[in-house]
Amino acid sequence: MAKKVFQRPKYLKKAVFHYCPGCGHSIIHRLIAEIIEELDIGEKVIGVPPAGCAVLAYDYFDVDMGESPHGRGAAVATGIKRILPDRIVFSYQGDGDIAAIGTAETIHAANRGENITTIFVNNGVYGMTGGQMAPTTLAGQNSTTTPGGRDVKRDGFPLDLSEMLAIARGSVYIERTAVNSPKNIMRTKRAITKAFKAQMDGLGFSLVEILSPCPTNWKLSSVDACKWVEESMVKTFPLKVIKDEVEGAIS
Amino acid sequence: MIGEAAVRAGCRFYAGYPITPQNELAEYTASAMARLEDGTFIQAESEIAAINMLIGASMAGARVMTSSSGPGISLKQEGISFLAAMELPAVIVNTMRGGPGLGNIAPAQGDYFQATRGGGHGDYRTIVLAPASGQELAGLTRKAFEYADEYKTPVFILGDGMMGQMMEPVEFPEPIDPRSLPPKPWILDGAKGRPSRIIKSLLLDTSVEEDHNWKLTRKYERITREIARADTYMTTDARLVVTAYGTAARIAKGAIKRARELGLKVGLFRPVTLWPFPKRALVEMSRQVKDFLVFEMSTGQMLEDVKLSLEGRSNVHFYGRPGGIISTPDEIAKVINTLYHRQHLNED
Repeated sequence: MAKKVFQRPKYLKKAVFHYCPGCGHSIIHRLIAEIIEELDIGEKVIGVPPAGCAVLAYDYFDVDMGESPHGRGAAVATGIKRILPDRIVFSYQGDGDIAAIGTAETIHAANRGENITTIFVNNGVYGMTGGQMAPTTLAGQNSTTTPGGRDVKRDGFPLDLSEMLAIARGSVYIERTAVNSPKNIMRTKRAITKAFKAQMDGLGFSLVEILSPCPTNWKLSSVDACKWVEESMVKTFPLKVIKDEVEGAIS
Repeated sequence: MIGEAAVRAGCRFYAGYPITPQNELAEYTASAMARLEDGTFIQAESEIAAINMLIGASMAGARVMTSSSGPGISLKQEGISFLAAMELPAVIVNTMRGGPGLGNIAPAQGDYFQATRGGGHGDYRTIVLAPASGQELAGLTRKAFEYADEYKTPVFILGDGMMGQMMEPVEFPEPIDPRSLPPKPWILDGAKGRPSRIIKSLLLDTSVEEDHNWKLTRKYERITREIARADTYMTTDARLVVTAYGTAARIAKGAIKRARELGLKVGLFRPVTLWPFPKRALVEMSRQVKDFLVFEMSTGQMLEDVKLSLEGRSNVHFYGRPGGIISTPDEIAKVINTLYHRQHLNED
């Protein structure tokens, strides 16, 4: 008898992703849904999607979802978590959302040690609005608002938000991963699992930054976009555990 | 006063940012929440963060409140628009000060338009309550939470620096245990034994957004029918009626007493709800009163609602002192006296 080895995760709705071919959001959604099932927290999770490409995340995750204004995910998640401290609350945010318009909300949530988890999807551009410069756009990288490439003298430097959040004393676990290869996808899954567990143990603010391909706005094929993550993005945003005060504390 | 009344109304979540002249409210609430097992007070990093924390806490089912003054309320407008769109209950206190810009910290009424016209982006309204005494502050705070829950909408308590600093004896209503409030069947608390829920405002399909706009409009019409309210004082035989709210109404009352001593038939029409504006009651009054004097601590904002309500049925006059100037009852009595004679109201 045939054994089913691959199926739709329990906590993803039967909906077709609107994401572009080769986009990392679909993979990350799947990972989160798998983790929710594996940790058996589907009846306790409340997700906060952002403004941006992932705004429609509530059409995909089959858990309670509450929309946040652009950049305010950490504040909305804070409000939910403070009222329902035994639930698992995560915000899902892009680079423009979290590292530009929502920088203050994010840093202060981390600094207060809010017991929430943030999924920070870094693709280096404003995707939904059509590929403008993001706070994380690399030096020299083309975008629709950096003609000739990002000139750091004119446009400033890419922002190391995760490193900044690691300085905040209330954060307990921050890791940067990628979803451009099977190996990195597995590493991302381990990181998100660890972040959720940190929250379940009441340790404080956890965040996983995920470098994610955007073939459409990078104007690359899906395969080349994955290569570009490896060859260019990781030089500015190295994949690593940035802060870990969880080891030994996790049950 | 509002802080105590809010806690007694079952409010268990407050987030705010320091701004004068309303810090007493935040400070009181911090202590009150700390005494409660289930109370949360957060001094937020910004006005924007505070209102967004309210969004989350309201989604999770709590009775929630924030407070600020003009400059801070401007910053909160994005979140208030989202609260209205997502039909989330919340109470927002604006202790008005002189403006625009940084202005000053003296009592003023220049935020009437901002409060009654929606304030943020998109097609929406907020309920606006205007207390004129400490006792009313306590009662209307309770009402604000009830309206917010009943109509699933943000509710403003619009006061000013004078109301904010006032000391008066007050009798508070009995405290409510939030656990005794009716359950809200729409909140996000984890999809346990029920289908998952979504609270959102993004409606990309234009016909769906249009339907949502009309649904909100029908709700606003229902609110207008059900809660519009005004208070009157000595209007039975009045030939001139002063129309004022909040602190201005208190000053006007003093002025009317003086005018009555001079034998002038003057009364007061005081809107308690600024939105919905008590149009019907005002129109009813215009059957016998041909002259209304609108008095505001602004350059004339409620004036527009009075004119829109009366549609030319009566003469509408205006006297205003913006910038944080507080008129004395004597000053307003003089304005009344001059107007009364200019309009020949002393003649039969």
